[in-house]
Amino acid sequence: MNAVLAVIRRDLLLAMRRKSEVLTALFFFVIVTSLFPLGIGPEPALLKKIAPGVLWVAALLATMLGLQRMFAADHADGTLEQMVLSPTPLGLLVGGKIAAHWMLSGLPLVLLAPVLGLQFDLDVGALGVLMLALLLGTPLLSLIGAIGAALTLGLRGGGVLLSLLVLPLYVPALIFGAGAVEAHIAGLGAGGHLSLLAALLALAAFFAPWATTAALRIALE
Amino acid sequence: MLSIHGLSCVRGERRLFAGLDFAVGPGEWLHVRGENGAGKTSLLRLLVGLMAPAEGEIRWNGENVRTLGEDYRRHLLFLGHHGAVKEELSALENLQLASQLDGDALADRSALAALHRFGLKGREELPVRFLSAGQKRRVLLARLVTKQAKLWILDEPFTALDVKAVDMLSALIGEHLADGGMAILTSHQAMPIPGGRELQL
Repeated sequence: MNAVLAVIRRDLLLAMRRKSEVLTALFFFVIVTSLFPLGIGPEPALLKKIAPGVLWVAALLATMLGLQRMFAADHADGTLEQMVLSPTPLGLLVGGKIAAHWMLSGLPLVLLAPVLGLQFDLDVGALGVLMLALLLGTPLLSLIGAIGAALTLGLRGGGVLLSLLVLPLYVPALIFGAGAVEAHIAGLGAGGHLSLLAALLALAAFFAPWATTAALRIALE
Repeated sequence: MLSIHGLSCVRGERRLFAGLDFAVGPGEWLHVRGENGAGKTSLLRLLVGLMAPAEGEIRWNGENVRTLGEDYRRHLLFLGHHGAVKEELSALENLQLASQLDGDALADRSALAALHRFGLKGREELPVRFLSAGQKRRVLLARLVTKQAKLWILDEPFTALDVKAVDMLSALIGEHLADGGMAILTSHQAMPIPGGRELQL
């Protein structure tokens, strides 16, 4: 367990030392979501309708930005080899890396979303559902993204391949995440969508570290 | 004790070596030699389990290392070509985080002692990117002091080291062997450590 915490601490410490990477994704999220209300103009009904989709698509793309670097630095400097050789199972350490990735790329989006949602005239209830959906959905994005990042590790032009690989897998998260907010606004209740999102998260939390580990071992051979 | 039985390595279409047999017991060390591309690094990566052998078996105290898994890795210290040090972190942080990755907590005092031993006094808190190539290598080698491992597998440990550091490292390996440790290393230079055998690939 100590080793997992060490991995998380190290990744957070590294992110503090090179802040620009984390901030780029955040600025991207803020700017993209703020451009829509400016471009569409003051039409509250339309903005309210597109809000869930816009916020979710922006969150999706913002998480994609840092994905390729998830294992790249560790691969290049040999840290990944040492992680494989650690007495702690690699799956747990990979879980730690995914958790750190979420804290840096997912959690800030969850916290920013209600502020940005205000621009789209979402009410308090809808903002709460949006946050909850992102809280369940962003870890899912990190988990699925980790598989893609591990599979494309060490490839030239891996960035494009990574998007092609990962974006289709993000579709369920997008549908249920944006659907939860839409359902709430329509007065249908978000429970069903959120439960499905939670189920997907549970499934991914179980399988993704395992699949990522297998892909990393192949990359190291 | 580490024993190798009929080990073969195939990279792509090329067979690097086949039918390799040797054993390294407590207090012994093995010097792996060979031309560039002879498969020295591949052999070491096979031994630590980063690659799967095409044929043959690697046994630790008589048991296959594939089935031993973490019980084997606990006794193992592998330092490869890559630094495995993070440029943004200081020498001290690198050393402590590397130990925590192995599941041991490393006290400040013993980490500092290890760094001082490798002549990094006064540079413990400096981000590693401000250090020279040789000093980075020393940060990595400080792991030899802080990790209690029986089997050291070192790939070109003398690269980028000055004469003084080479002597220091040789002495360190000597101490490790006297304590009943084992070492397998690749190097193009002749090694000033007694009790070794040579393996020509």
